[in-house]
Amino acid sequence: MRILLMGNPNVGKSALFSRMTGTRIIASNYPGTTVELTKGYLQLGEGQAEIIDVPGTYTLEATSKAEEVAVEMLKDGDVVIDVVDATNLERNLNLTLQLLERGVPVIVALNMWDDTHHRGINLDVAKLEELLGIPVVPTVGVTGQGVRELVSRLPEARAIESAHSSSDERWARIGNIVSQVQSLSHRHHTWYESLEDASNHPVGGIFIALLVLFATFWFIRFLGEGLIGYVTDPAFEWLWTPLLMKMSLALGSGGFWHDILIGRLINGEIDYFQSFGLLSTGLYIPLAAVLPYIVSFYLALGILEDVGYLPRLAVLMDSAMHRLGLHGYAIIPTILGLGCNVPAVMATRILESRRQRFIAVTLISIGVPCAALQAMIIGLVGQHGVQYVAMVYGSLFVSWVVIGLILNRIVRGFSPELLVEIPPYRLPPWRVVGEKLWLRIHGFIREALPIVLGAVLVVNVLYNLGVFDVIANIAAPVISGLLGLPKETIVALVVGFLRKDVAVGMLAPLALTAKQLVISSTVLAMFFPCVATFVVIARELGARYMLKATGIMIVAALIVGSLQNLIL
Amino acid sequence: MPQNRRLTLVQMEAGQTGTVVQILGGLGLTRRLEAFGIRPGMRVTKISSMLLRGPVTLRVGSAQVAIGFGMASRALVQVDIST
Repeated sequence: MRILLMGNPNVGKSALFSRMTGTRIIASNYPGTTVELTKGYLQLGEGQAEIIDVPGTYTLEATSKAEEVAVEMLKDGDVVIDVVDATNLERNLNLTLQLLERGVPVIVALNMWDDTHHRGINLDVAKLEELLGIPVVPTVGVTGQGVRELVSRLPEARAIESAHSSSDERWARIGNIVSQVQSLSHRHHTWYESLEDASNHPVGGIFIALLVLFATFWFIRFLGEGLIGYVTDPAFEWLWTPLLMKMSLALGSGGFWHDILIGRLINGEIDYFQSFGLLSTGLYIPLAAVLPYIVSFYLALGILEDVGYLPRLAVLMDSAMHRLGLHGYAIIPTILGLGCNVPAVMATRILESRRQRFIAVTLISIGVPCAALQAMIIGLVGQHGVQYVAMVYGSLFVSWVVIGLILNRIVRGFSPELLVEIPPYRLPPWRVVGEKLWLRIHGFIREALPIVLGAVLVVNVLYNLGVFDVIANIAAPVISGLLGLPKETIVALVVGFLRKDVAVGMLAPLALTAKQLVISSTVLAMFFPCVATFVVIARELGARYMLKATGIMIVAALIVGSLQNLIL
Repeated sequence: MPQNRRLTLVQMEAGQTGTVVQILGGLGLTRRLEAFGIRPGMRVTKISSMLLRGPVTLRVGSAQVAIGFGMASRALVQVDIST
């Protein structure tokens, strides 16, 4: 049996899913989190049932890619659990009635049940069940309340004969149902509702946004640097280095295997940025330099997501984003891109038109460096001073804006406007924040570590074979002539296709000046997406658009790099 | 007492409440707004609008919805006359 979990975005569907299946998944306080289908299994009587968390949709008349997926799924389900936000019955029932019109068996989970009490909403569940003719179970996805009853009543889900000649008739019936089951009582404004109003205010909102962003960046840097300075660096220095030095001696302090495993010794010591062995730099980059920033970035992001702040940022950014051919909601994939471009490209599905998706994806790949790349830029370029890091970020931001302005003028097609629900502020459910953080860290280690090690290995082998000298000589006119960099920098740029953090690491032994570091980091960030992002772009937009986007990236990177070379 | 207080969502002032009377647009727009509960007969309260032709934020039922400027200027509301 296959069970579909369907409902409006942001009704706690994903939290309910995790409660039903025990699977760790990502639930966020904004629409569009579930862009990929999440599957789990549920013990049901003697057998197992497959349960699918379908992307949130307001209606079965789909308006975006994410919603289309939801409607497609409907064909393959045996039973639908319709997750309804109990605090917003009227709008949610529209989907419920549309589901019933399709003749599929439906059971309603009246979720966020706990919220109804402090919102002064009283619902007559028995009456609602009677009027709809299908089972209705109050649930609280975050705590798991009502989940057992929901599962035990699954067999009662049934298809009923239901037809509405028009949407007017459907809405009339909804109005009728709501008036019979819902009564509102007076309640006081809570303090975070006052805060909600403030962050919607055109001027107060901007002030709050600046405050939030500043606090977020401070927090990310504080935690990231703290973890590096007090945890990962000492761990490598005190625990790992002595072991590696013993191994280095055993291997005879040199030779092929020594170079592959431990790398080149700098003044008889291991330098984790420069040695470039599998066990030295290969482990240090992902685990000591990048991981702390992954932890701090995703902790901050998870809290922002679950508090429900991001949709408000989308509203504030809307007019600005219109000039780039996007609308405010595109800020969400963009912010995700600061963690990793792969989920960011997938999250562009929440945008309605192909034009918007193409612009958003191109801008993310060009101007939004991922956390791994940023950690390395801060680590390496930051050694020369904060102003140089600022130059890299400034160049990326200006490119992001200018390329957006240009794309908005030349890309044909249609960009629909923002239409988004703003969820109430909620205290983040810490269990969900913790699980989500763990899931993302785990994902990083699982996916990045092998590629980093692979990249370091390939670099070492090719280096020993002398392949890089050939590439460097071919690329010399562009790299040295246009960008003013030593020709060996091309090797880092090529490796950037595998992993950008490793590529920045490869700049370390080149003894570049601060200016050259700025140029090479900027070009590295802009000119090509890493292989994982590349594949996802091709999958999401098709090969043609991916090639177009890539062309724009290469041209933009060369122009910006040359300009930096002239100006700085 | 003014008889005709029909304003678009853009023209309404923050804090005003009214009843949606008409969506001045095609089926596509009607459907999109309807999915968020914005349809003739619904009570809406304007919360705010952003500067520079930014989106309008509304309260519809117990939910808040932000609507792009262009769409907001095509939703007509019969505004309650305040006493």
